Amino acid sequence: MIQCSGITKSFTDKKVLSGISFDIPDGQIFGLLGPSGAGKTTLIKILTGQLSFDDGSAMILQRNVRHLSGEDRKKIGIMMDQFGVYERLSCYDNLKIYAEIYGVPKERIMETLKLVGLEDSAKKPASSLSKGMLVRLQLARVFMISPDVIFLDEPTTGLDPVTQKQIHRIIMDKKKHGCTIFLTTHNMEEAAKLCDTVALLNEGVIVDRGAPEEICRRFNHQKKIVLHLKTGEDVELPHSKESADKIRELMEKESIETIHSSEPTLETVFLELTGRKLEEED
Amino acid sequence: MNNILVIFKKQIIDTFKNKSILLQVILYPVITLVMEALVRPEGMPAHYYTKMFSAMYVGMTPLISMTSIIAEEKEKNTLRVLLMSNVKPWQYLTGIGAYVWVIFMFGTGVMATAIEPAHIPFYLLIMGLSAIVSIAIGACVGINAKNQMSATSQGSMVMLMLSFLPMLAMFNDGIAKVANFVYTQHVRAMLDEMSFSALKLDGAIIVAVNTILAVALFIAAYRKKGLE
Ligand SMILES: Nc1ncnc2c1ncn2[C@@H]1O[C@H](COP(=O)(O)OP(=O)(O)O)[C@@H](O)[C@H]1O
Ligand SMILES: [Mg+2]
Repeated sequence: MIQCSGITKSFTDKKVLSGISFDIPDGQIFGLLGPSGAGKTTLIKILTGQLSFDDGSAMILQRNVRHLSGEDRKKIGIMMDQFGVYERLSCYDNLKIYAEIYGVPKERIMETLKLVGLEDSAKKPASSLSKGMLVRLQLARVFMISPDVIFLDEPTTGLDPVTQKQIHRIIMDKKKHGCTIFLTTHNMEEAAKLCDTVALLNEGVIVDRGAPEEICRRFNHQKKIVLHLKTGEDVELPHSKESADKIRELMEKESIETIHSSEPTLETVFLELTGRKLEEED
Repeated sequence: MNNILVIFKKQIIDTFKNKSILLQVILYPVITLVMEALVRPEGMPAHYYTKMFSAMYVGMTPLISMTSIIAEEKEKNTLRVLLMSNVKPWQYLTGIGAYVWVIFMFGTGVMATAIEPAHIPFYLLIMGLSAIVSIAIGACVGINAKNQMSATSQGSMVMLMLSFLPMLAMFNDGIAKVANFVYTQHVRAMLDEMSFSALKLDGAIIVAVNTILAVALFIAAYRKKGLE
């Protein structure tokens, strides 16, 4: 269980988080969704006791995050967005360091490498791994210690779709084992697919939260029917009775190429709430 | 204790993959042995090179090794992950320090093959003790430096001062006066005689003060900056 209420944090004169509150029940995947610079990493640092904060309170595993003990830390797995891997050491040796620190039996090292699909790279130096493999090595380090709560800061950012899918599978697998997982992302499809609950974070404020489907349902007024005409023109109609005549008329003239229904997504909800896109266009 | 050992073992594995540290450690002993064996003009005092290079070696290698290891771990975020895994800063520094000391003493052992067996225990003792001062100074620099680049340049400055002062002191009286306040100068003086009698009271005080200063500086740097 992760609980926070009223968390506020400023760097010098810049307010980065204001009044952040939510509860995450055990065994859930919680997604913090927001564009770059929204304050996601800052919140993870606060919740994992790496950063002090100005106001509010946060509890994790029934402990105040301001006073996490060494024993508490052993139950918390953290993967931050920067790599923290010994490049010259092999994957195996990288994990061995943490196996020894946490007193994890040696067999777990290979088991975990298998779980993340790195068993063939066990002897390779980390410097020879691709970016996706490095993320999986970091995930292995987190999973190996069997934490109760896992924090993943943008685990899939910058990875190709195939690698993203692999990582989603690993995360879902961990959820089945009862882990509570807190992840950040600016990919709304990822959030909708993986998370039981999401919070939309914009400029340090949570603008909405709930189950992804539930949030989208609340924005059903965004639902549209999109007609692509043979002339190449697109016609958008509201999802209501009034559109029936118009559609019939166009159909009778056989001028419709395709018909789509456009439903609200986390992306369009975020856009409506903040006027901003989640993913920066390059 | 376990964590210190884990850090120590990690460094040992890294030694065989990290050429720069290995080079640091073996360069002086190898040059010394080669010079002792090949370059021997008439009238040169016995073990001239061993004595001169030993003072440089102890001022240089433990310091720069310590600095570069800490700076690299800070820059690559591996140190942060260790600290988040409940490795205490003092455990980390002890592990790294012990590692640097051990490999330095290994190199010192190689150098010792050039001197008379009767002097070896004295030689190892002096080198082992003064290496601790260098390790503490190296840790200060490593803690203070923002990244690997600045660690290397700051470390090199301190290191050059410490290791070349005794040599320059041989040629210039003014420098000798300054060098008198630096431990490497007294290490050199002691090695010259290869006996404790070379260490006068003022010399002993200076070495002791150097040690205390280095440790105090280190604690101050640590208090101020921590390891992040
Ligand atoms: N140590 C710091 N000092 C000053 N400002 C910071 C610091 N860390 C983050 N910030 C600022 O806080 C804001 C949120 O940053 P961050 O939490 O990293 O965002 P995200 O992870 O969502 O991209 C950014 O505007 C960033 O510039
Ligand atoms: Mg971030």
